[in-house]
Amino acid sequence: MSEPTIAELKEQIRKFELQLEQEKLKNARQREKITKMSSEVVDSNPYSRLMALKRMGIVENYENIRNFTVAVVGVGGVGSVTAEMLTRCGIGKLILFDYDKVELANMNRLFYQPHQAGLSKVEAAKLTLQHINPDVEIEVYNYNITTVDNFDHFMNVLTTRSLVDGPVELTLCCVDNFEARMTACNELNLNWFESGVSENAVSGHIQFIKPGETSCFECAPPLIVASNIDEKTLKRDGVCAASLPTTMGIVAGFLVQNALKYLLNFGQVTRYLGYNAMLDYFPTMSLKPNENCSDSFCVKRQKEFRILEEQRLRDYVEKVEQVVEENLHPENEFEIELCDEGEDMPDLNKSDKNKDSGVKFAYLSPNEIQNDDKTNDEKSPEISSVPLEDLMSKLKNL
Amino acid sequence: MVDEVTKKTLASIPLLKTKAGPREKTEWPERLKEEYCALIKYVENNKQADNDWFRLESNSDGTKWWGKCWYIHELIKYEFNVEFDIPVTYPTTPPEIALPELDGKTAKMYRGGKICMTDHFKPLWARNVGKFGIAHAMALGLGPWLAVEIPDLISKGIITKTENAGTSQNA
Repeated sequence: MSEPTIAELKEQIRKFELQLEQEKLKNARQREKITKMSSEVVDSNPYSRLMALKRMGIVENYENIRNFTVAVVGVGGVGSVTAEMLTRCGIGKLILFDYDKVELANMNRLFYQPHQAGLSKVEAAKLTLQHINPDVEIEVYNYNITTVDNFDHFMNVLTTRSLVDGPVELTLCCVDNFEARMTACNELNLNWFESGVSENAVSGHIQFIKPGETSCFECAPPLIVASNIDEKTLKRDGVCAASLPTTMGIVAGFLVQNALKYLLNFGQVTRYLGYNAMLDYFPTMSLKPNENCSDSFCVKRQKEFRILEEQRLRDYVEKVEQVVEENLHPENEFEIELCDEGEDMPDLNKSDKNKDSGVKFAYLSPNEIQNDDKTNDEKSPEISSVPLEDLMSKLKNL
Repeated sequence: MVDEVTKKTLASIPLLKTKAGPREKTEWPERLKEEYCALIKYVENNKQADNDWFRLESNSDGTKWWGKCWYIHELIKYEFNVEFDIPVTYPTTPPEIALPELDGKTAKMYRGGKICMTDHFKPLWARNVGKFGIAHAMALGLGPWLAVEIPDLISKGIITKTENAGTSQNA
């Protein structure tokens, strides 16, 4: 074997240096856990800038953040950054769900590092996050939440694994597919944020979902208008989904900002915040739930909310009336009386069907169609009487 | 929005009546039977039209499905394994059909070999939630995907007949 050239040796040294750097990182001494957040302004206090929010009058009680548990479903481009932000903010506990592995193809986004390729995303995230802030308790689940086997376990985790063994305070949905966008929270009656980035990477949104009170993800499913579909249009150049670290970072920032406002009770929590990167347009709005939502749990929560809201308004009107009577005109020298004009209660059952707004449905909702069908033709009795095993073997032997 | 041939194929697949997912313990068995009936009818139709192109079977509770699909290009048969789970959100969301052997070979795929159906199939499914089943997902989701992707992959030399021959001989 010939002697290595100078260039080869240099290259080898560079490699060793890199390796050494990685090893150093692995063995780097972690700081001790901190039992109580301090607001002391010294270089060694990781929480001094956060606790300063109190002094600035933004947050009343920042250290409350250590009591909260947040579940992050999906730790990809948005979820991983979300988890890092919450970790740096000193959240009490994080629960992460994902079934994917880190790949080099993820390196156009933030958080994961090339040397983590091959690791499961949740494991890789746990290592990094614990290194950043050992005070945060991190629990991870490496599975697909949409399969029947895992879904019950997933729901159980959401309801029992907070710091006090109760339901998590908030769930952040950062998945990249429609399938996993959860209906679990409607069923469990838990508040959650949905987040999404479009497949072309230039728009995104976050949406706050209070089951029954605001629109759920099922209420207004995204519908690409499909017309003149031709098999050729299937051929898209490049990949199915594009992504940019910028859009994902921005959406994660929006998401965590609003999660913090919600948990620590400051500012106004957005109901919906969109981001259009092409026009720098940030639409924001409040969405009411859809009475015809195809998720039965959403409809159930809507009913519960209506009853509560009606009661709240009734109580409020009563209170105001009382206050008015007592305080408005303590001396009524002209003896003016107000006569009852009948019920002045807000009509909450008024049907709001976009009557003259120029908005109309593009197609009948599947629920309505199904109701029509049920009356027309009953289930064919032949199917019900045939045992499943016969059908299974018939298909197999075709 | 769909071409005439597909419309005809579609019309001959029975629509499903029970809108229930695998977590709805009482109604799911009925739905599963309807799924099987629709699939049987569809495969029979395909055979009659000399266009037999897949076989599927499932576990006993109908939550995991697997089988084979094949595509004939220039008189050569290319065969692939198909697999998918029925998600808890089914039938609001369609199953994510996967061809694991092609994972990493085409960009029109998600991890694990799940085929990309966002544009050509999901809107159709959304308009027919409850009434469309696995047979419809095969006819409108996987069928068109194979028709576009396989010839393309063959022309690029990514799929070759020798590599695929082992499976196609015994089919």
